Amino acid sequence: MDKNIAIKAEDINFYYGKTHALKSINLDIYKNQVTAIIGPSGCGKSTFIRLLNRMNELVSNTNVTGKILFNGWNIVNPSIDAVEIRRRIGMVFQKPNPFPKSIFENISYGLKVKGIKDRSFIESKVEGALKKAALWEEVKNRLADSALKLSGGQQQRLCIARCLAVESKVILFDEPCASLDPISTAKIEELILELKKDYTIVIVTHNMQQAARVSDYTAFFLMGELIEFGKTQDIFTKPQDPKTEAYITGRFG
Amino acid sequence: MERHLDQELTDLKQQLLKMGTLVETAIFESVGSLKEPNKEKINTIISEDKVIDDMENAIDEWCLDLLALRQPMAIDLRFITMSMKISTDLERIADLAVDIAQRVQDLVGKPLLKPLVDIPKLTSLAQQMTKDALDAFVNKNSELACSVILRDNEADKLRNLVQKELVDDYMSKDPTTATRAVPLLLIARHLERICDHATNIAEDVIYMVKADVVKHHPERLQ
Repeated sequence: MDKNIAIKAEDINFYYGKTHALKSINLDIYKNQVTAIIGPSGCGKSTFIRLLNRMNELVSNTNVTGKILFNGWNIVNPSIDAVEIRRRIGMVFQKPNPFPKSIFENISYGLKVKGIKDRSFIESKVEGALKKAALWEEVKNRLADSALKLSGGQQQRLCIARCLAVESKVILFDEPCASLDPISTAKIEELILELKKDYTIVIVTHNMQQAARVSDYTAFFLMGELIEFGKTQDIFTKPQDPKTEAYITGRFG
Repeated sequence: MERHLDQELTDLKQQLLKMGTLVETAIFESVGSLKEPNKEKINTIISEDKVIDDMENAIDEWCLDLLALRQPMAIDLRFITMSMKISTDLERIADLAVDIAQRVQDLVGKPLLKPLVDIPKLTSLAQQMTKDALDAFVNKNSELACSVILRDNEADKLRNLVQKELVDDYMSKDPTTATRAVPLLLIARHLERICDHATNIAEDVIYMVKADVVKHHPERLQ
């Protein structure tokens, strides 16, 4: 696999029962780049991103064929430990989902699950993750407070910090700003641009302007097919496929 | 499903066309005045340029509003950004029409140095190239735009012919002819510049339609 590629999807097909949700998807996710996945509701973009850290296996009666290569593994192979995959490929969801615990415990939880007990090591990891997630200054004096007291935007950055603490290599964002105000959205977007120096990022978004602002590559999905993939500036200024053009200019339907 | 933006883009196109029609008229009137130089007519041409200047500003402002408020993508984005550039070229063509009128003013009351042969040819070429560039814009016709670009060499050749004839056959032999030769020489130069601006518009049309950059890359026209 090309050393610039972090994740490689090869001929991925995914079924919910008899519904063919993803059709022969071939897609390369580049290292230290932001890849946006866009498309109308039901196009398969969330299904695809959830496959990247095996979240789909939590849904019953599903079937997947093809390969998703990462770190020498085929992610969709059930013999690969899903917990290991999720440690390396973290996910941030549409609605912030902090644990009903303290800010500190939210970040340290993953480390404890890994069996780490060294308190000072954990403290330094928590501080580092919160700093990287641009949240440290806002919470450093109240680490013992419940994470549920934080604002929506802060909770979302806390969830990002949670991925960073366990040293994920890839972070998946599924509509991370859907429930945030414009200021919190701007902070998350700035953070994504900052994080791509160290991480590979995949973001699913309905907000085309957001995709244009934060991503380097864009993939357009429609009815389970990957219609077009390319550099973001090309997709948004000169898309090759008329279906992509119709979607991004709002002429769809 | 028709979008609100479609109506706005149609209105913008209409406004550019209106500006284009005024510019074509300005070229026609300014060069036409050569046949019978008339101060009053020339002053009208010069004063009407203000209308075109105002239209350029209005179109620029309109395009900026559309970019900020509608956040267009793909063909819409290319159409709006190219509209801004095309309005600038149209305004420059109108300025050149004024420059021509002013040079005609220099000739008022003086007999023509020679019967005009190549300047009328250059005039027709400039008018046709401007018209075709605008037609290509309106109809999103990249082939017509391409033909405009390919005609630019002809304009350069005609300008050179006029220059050579005026310098070699008149000014070199009899320097007193300069007062009547120089305005003609400048008129040829201005007409050739109009053809350059029509070429710019045609290049912008090709980018708008096909997203191909042909500006400074003539080999891509093939």
